[in-house]
Amino acid sequence: MTADLTVQIKKRGLDDMRTMKTTALLLSAALLAPGVAFAQETIKIGVTQPLTGAVAASGNYVANGARVAEEVVNANGGVLGKKIQLIIEDNKSNPKEAVASAEKLIVRDKVPVLMGAWSSTFTLAVMPKLVEYGVPMVVETSSSTKITTSGNPWVFRIAPTSAMEAKSFAEKLDHFQPAIQKADFLAVNNDFGRGSADEFRKMLQAKGVKIGVTETMAPEATDLSAQLSSIKQSGGDTLFVTTGVEQITLILKQAAELRLPHRIITNGGSSSPDQLIAQAGAAADGGYFTLFFAPWFPEKAVHPTVAKTFVDGWNKKGYDFAGLTEGYRGYDGIMTIVEAIKKAGKAEPQAIRDALWTVKLDGVNGDIAFKKDGPEGKESGQNEANVYVVQVKDGKVTMP
Amino acid sequence: MEAHLQHLLNAVVLGGTYALLGIGLTLIFGIMRVVNFTHGELYTFGAYMAYMLAGMMGLNFFMSLAMAALLGMALGALIEFTLLRPLKGADIDTTMLVMIGAGIAMQAGEQLVWGGVAKSVPSPFPTEPVVIGSVSVGMNRLFVLGVALLLLGGFYLLINRTKLGVAMRATFQDPDTAALMGVNRGLMYTLTFALGSGLAATAGALLGPIFVVTPTMGDLVALKAFAIVILGGLGNIPGATIGGFVLALAEEFGAGYLSSGYRDAMGFLLIIAVLIVRPQGLFAMKERIG
Repeated sequence: MTADLTVQIKKRGLDDMRTMKTTALLLSAALLAPGVAFAQETIKIGVTQPLTGAVAASGNYVANGARVAEEVVNANGGVLGKKIQLIIEDNKSNPKEAVASAEKLIVRDKVPVLMGAWSSTFTLAVMPKLVEYGVPMVVETSSSTKITTSGNPWVFRIAPTSAMEAKSFAEKLDHFQPAIQKADFLAVNNDFGRGSADEFRKMLQAKGVKIGVTETMAPEATDLSAQLSSIKQSGGDTLFVTTGVEQITLILKQAAELRLPHRIITNGGSSSPDQLIAQAGAAADGGYFTLFFAPWFPEKAVHPTVAKTFVDGWNKKGYDFAGLTEGYRGYDGIMTIVEAIKKAGKAEPQAIRDALWTVKLDGVNGDIAFKKDGPEGKESGQNEANVYVVQVKDGKVTMP
Repeated sequence: MEAHLQHLLNAVVLGGTYALLGIGLTLIFGIMRVVNFTHGELYTFGAYMAYMLAGMMGLNFFMSLAMAALLGMALGALIEFTLLRPLKGADIDTTMLVMIGAGIAMQAGEQLVWGGVAKSVPSPFPTEPVVIGSVSVGMNRLFVLGVALLLLGGFYLLINRTKLGVAMRATFQDPDTAALMGVNRGLMYTLTFALGSGLAATAGALLGPIFVVTPTMGDLVALKAFAIVILGGLGNIPGATIGGFVLALAEEFGAGYLSSGYRDAMGFLLIIAVLIVRPQGLFAMKERIG
């Protein structure tokens, strides 16, 4: 009965409205079936993402990417002769809920490995629990440098750090015409935003770019006119924005209302340009966006066939094209975990962690392999990820 | 100078929407004395109705606004009829708990129906801003300010200058005497709650196209509405209006000149300061609730 229900659940989730129903069904399914019932048939992977709240769009895209990976893996015979089964929990865009969801996945569902938790703040909140229970987590999005330098040996990050993103961006600095002479910053007031602004400021200063003002905003803030008015006064030519797609939409619209003269560049890779074009319209024009996967140009990916498998799987499920730039994270994250399970030969936390160090995978973003980062003896894993910069021109995404 | 002017203009525009939120709640919380935790959800409801009507069904934008307001009133009437009416005579704590429950249920319902991903309401206004000298403001925001000012004036007259307004105030001041004077008490309760709810839904429908629509958009808004009502004095429409503008000024200038990261804290610091000096709010006589 429970198996039927799972199949039924997998067929659904075509759009976000149904995703909510799926979550509700999954929840009731979890309540109906004791956790052990699945243990024989599937290998469980826990996922904690913000499916509701301030950064829900991104969390849902990542979860959808993970679902595509689940389907691709299972269609190819699963891993270790078993099918994989994702258990996706909503961390409600809230660090406290992120901890609760991770603990639920580890204790109740007994997952041997996690993927999460989108925002740096949520990931940092979950990290002590990984040490407490001895369960590894693949971090698919968070960019705060602190995550891999704080001495947590259970963390493996496939996403680039803000420092890496800034470094990649530095190589593209000469492409900007007219050149960036004075930069201002608008960042969400959390580990992600402040961390990214710090790294980009350092990088730009080293390149001889003048630095204007740095304004911050609460993650759930909607009216940013005060910040943008101050930025307008600073007289810079370029504004670096670090936050999720919801706030980027608002910033683009409000910057147009205030006639902000700046060229706007968003970093962090969570801008979903197609969603911006749909929701901010003309206000998105002229903006530059850093991304870690550019689905408009799959041929520019390091491994075009991998990118194609992912995009085809995504389209087959009927997911929104706008989510691909963020969805790839979930896909690469689950693929990394599955590869580690295969290498470990068993689905146990300690074995998976040891195997993660040996993973060599062709991902949608590029080559995935972990290097040691952080204090000796307690190193975390960090992948060298690729960064792309795209521009919106006349309502279309281009690669400058 | 240019910066001061732009901040001032931003604050006035924002203040209009805050005032709109404030007067809706001041009717319910200030006059009816119901600690209404569904106010933020009605705001969200209004925004989703605007999204459904204008965004999904492609109806005329202004028509959608009016319909969202009416639907908000209907939902408010329903809440009053099914939840508050049976609780008549119950103490303030019981009512408050029921309203907290209703607020949670409504937010969960919104998530179930609409999903967690933000929606955008199409707006008929051009993105080109109106430029006045060195400052500029979006057309859609001027429209919101205009509607807000109209509603503020209209409701002030309704409550203070019409027979209906007198009947409403009388009902909540002394229900028995009001009934003896021929006021239909049940009707007054439902009507007041429905009007307050309609105002919240209107604010949501107006602001939905400016911001984005999410199930949790009402949380911070409800908190601010309570703050505005308390700041202005309970049940006082001019008070709530001025409270709204004062809060907007504090946030805008606080964020502009002190620290943008603590924008929302500025407003609440101001409220704490006001409550220390004038516990009854800026524009009300001293009284006791509960």
